[in-house]
Amino acid sequence: MKRENRTLRVKLLIAACVMFGFGFALIPFYKTICEVAGLNNLLRADKGVSNSQIDTSRMVMVQFDANTRNLAWRFKPLQASVNVHPGQMVRVDYEVENTLDRAVTGQAIPSYTPMVAERHVQKLECFCFRQQTFAAHEKRVMPVVFTVDSDLPTEVPVFTLSYTFFEVAGTQK
Amino acid sequence: MSAVTPDAVHGHDHGHDGHDHDHHMPTGWRRWMTATNHKDIGTLYLFFSFIMFLTGGVLALTIRAELFQPGLQIVRPEFFNQLTTMHGLIMVFGAIMPAFVGFANWMIPLMIGAPDMAFARMNNWSFWLLPPAALLLVSSFFVPGGASAAGWTLYAPLSLQMGMGMDMTIFAVHIMGASSIMGAINIVVTILNMRAPGMTLMKMPMFAWTWLITAYLLIAVMPVLAGAVTMLLTDRHFGTSFFNAAGGGDPVLYQHVFWFFGHPEVYIMILPAFGIVSQIVPAFARKPLFGYASMVYATASIAILSFVVWAHHMFTTGMPAVTQIAFMYMTMLIAVPTGVKVFNWIATMWRGSMTFETPMLFAVGFIFVFTMGGFTGLMLAIAPADIQYQDTYFVVAHFHYVLVAGSLFALFAGTYYWIPKWTGHMYDEKLGKRHFWLSMISFNVTFFPMHFLGLAGMPRRIPDYNPFFTDFNQLATVGAFGFGLSQVFFFYIVLKCIKGGPKAADKPWDGAEGLEWTVPSPAPFHTFEVPPVFEAPAGHGH
Ligand code: HEM
Ligand SMILES: [Cu+2]
Repeated sequence: MKRENRTLRVKLLIAACVMFGFGFALIPFYKTICEVAGLNNLLRADKGVSNSQIDTSRMVMVQFDANTRNLAWRFKPLQASVNVHPGQMVRVDYEVENTLDRAVTGQAIPSYTPMVAERHVQKLECFCFRQQTFAAHEKRVMPVVFTVDSDLPTEVPVFTLSYTFFEVAGTQK
Repeated sequence: MSAVTPDAVHGHDHGHDGHDHDHHMPTGWRRWMTATNHKDIGTLYLFFSFIMFLTGGVLALTIRAELFQPGLQIVRPEFFNQLTTMHGLIMVFGAIMPAFVGFANWMIPLMIGAPDMAFARMNNWSFWLLPPAALLLVSSFFVPGGASAAGWTLYAPLSLQMGMGMDMTIFAVHIMGASSIMGAINIVVTILNMRAPGMTLMKMPMFAWTWLITAYLLIAVMPVLAGAVTMLLTDRHFGTSFFNAAGGGDPVLYQHVFWFFGHPEVYIMILPAFGIVSQIVPAFARKPLFGYASMVYATASIAILSFVVWAHHMFTTGMPAVTQIAFMYMTMLIAVPTGVKVFNWIATMWRGSMTFETPMLFAVGFIFVFTMGGFTGLMLAIAPADIQYQDTYFVVAHFHYVLVAGSLFALFAGTYYWIPKWTGHMYDEKLGKRHFWLSMISFNVTFFPMHFLGLAGMPRRIPDYNPFFTDFNQLATVGAFGFGLSQVFFFYIVLKCIKGGPKAADKPWDGAEGLEWTVPSPAPFHTFEVPPVFEAPAGHGH
């Protein structure tokens, strides 16, 4: 009896440990699913312009917003907004300056308001596609190049593309 | 009727007088610190959970006091968020879960004819891990930055940003998780290996069945929660980026991992309640449980399905439509085995000779009100509709119907049902009934209006609201204070019953079945040292 109880306890403990590992295994698993399903690719270039037809019948206003979180960088777009035709290629420059006395690696995360706009923006080039390392007091101008799909719903005449720069944890020396 | 051969009953009777062990048993506080007896540990769990219940209740009443009027009166918004977070954590991990473990400790050995839990020393550890964890949680209010304010779900990125209160919460969750896993292992081993001869799995009392399945759920998902909060911890302090967007992590991933634990967790809190109700309804309808086997299968299907529905908490995170639809249908599927259970309870009562003592009142109240919570769950499961309900008071109403009127009412029912066995006295029936009606009415006054508030768009976890919502919020606050007072009244009833009262018979309920009623009341310190011989009651099971 005692022995049976102990072996069962060991088995159940092993099951608990396996499930602890399983929790961590969920991370690569979800990442793979997202990749396969093409979800969540904010930080990668889009496949390219699928429909290069320029829709001159309407204008969309894209507003730009730049923030930092717990990071002493100056970060701003050189234009507050643009008016574009869907399908038209747009380039916006952002000025970024590290005001710190040390090198810092940052990552910019985009977000869209309203959220639906995300699916209708094809980004060809962006500083957010990789981590950016800035030397102490370095200043750079970095571009974002994109087009707005012509299938953007007409009830979205204006949308905001916002970036937030975070310091990448674990890279500060 | 469960029959036990006379030999078996008297075989263990030497423990009856409660003195034979005194020479090797410490007294006073040492008795409790070093407790290894399942009854002592059960008592510890029950008192601990009641203290946590009152603590969580004080937080809830502070929330309700703030929400009595629109605008900010009593607390600052940051503190309000700490209150909602700690209320949830304390009620889930401090009150409801330990209370069910307390019931398991007290009753499972008695119900299956085992002398004690399988691992008495580990049992002592499972309990004594809890008070330090509770202390960590409560004292986090007093550290710089205050307690965690990320919600009981500890969602990233909020939980990556807060002060040391968050770290204390993470450690507390680790400790409570370890305690639950040890408790669950003990229960599985006890049930699988230590049943009385003749008690096959399919003749086990329903409470043992539901706890067996719950224990497996705990072993499967508590480690996943431990993993999730460990990842939060390393993201916070060790430069990893599991959920930290800046380093390439994904905060939504945290939600997936959390709810992989979180949905089975809500069933961890309700399955043992189903077990308690399944013991009580037959006893007071004086009929065997209808559809015993289907109850077992329904419980098992609920447990299995609970692993594949987690994303119904995440319909608004931007999942692809196919995924939403899949999770929506899986979630609705759970309503089928849940419905089987409700119908079985009703069929058990059908044409029974029913009486409505307090345990039965709470059990019937449970069936009634829990079912309402099930229906609102179904509404929330409809993905396109949930976009409207998500993060409103409608969700708050839903889970309080299933957790308060569900889990908590079942705990009250079980307390009244078994307290004669625990104390040897009958509780005051008149007061018990009064407690039921006070709880039932004030519960509904508190939470029913929240459905409407939610449908009208009042968001949860916000200390202020549109003056338009004032009336229903005031109603809810009045109800909440009434509910709180009713529970102080409950404590008085329990204390009164411990102190004295009419002597309870060994089997105080004439329709009750099971081995626990074959031992004297109060149950002696040692029971079933010689295993009883169990004969299945007629008409049971098949
Ligand atoms: C028929 C059965 C049930 C269904 C279909 C169901 C469905 C749902 C859904 C879809 C949500 C998410 C709502 C939202 O956030 O928008 C939810 C939330 C919740 N449910 Fe249920 N539920 C059921 C039973 C239960 C039971 C038995 C419990 C616990 C005893 C429970 C506890 C909770 C809790 C605690 C939440 C809120 C979690 C949070 O966001 O803090 N549910 N339920
Ligand atoms: Cu759920």
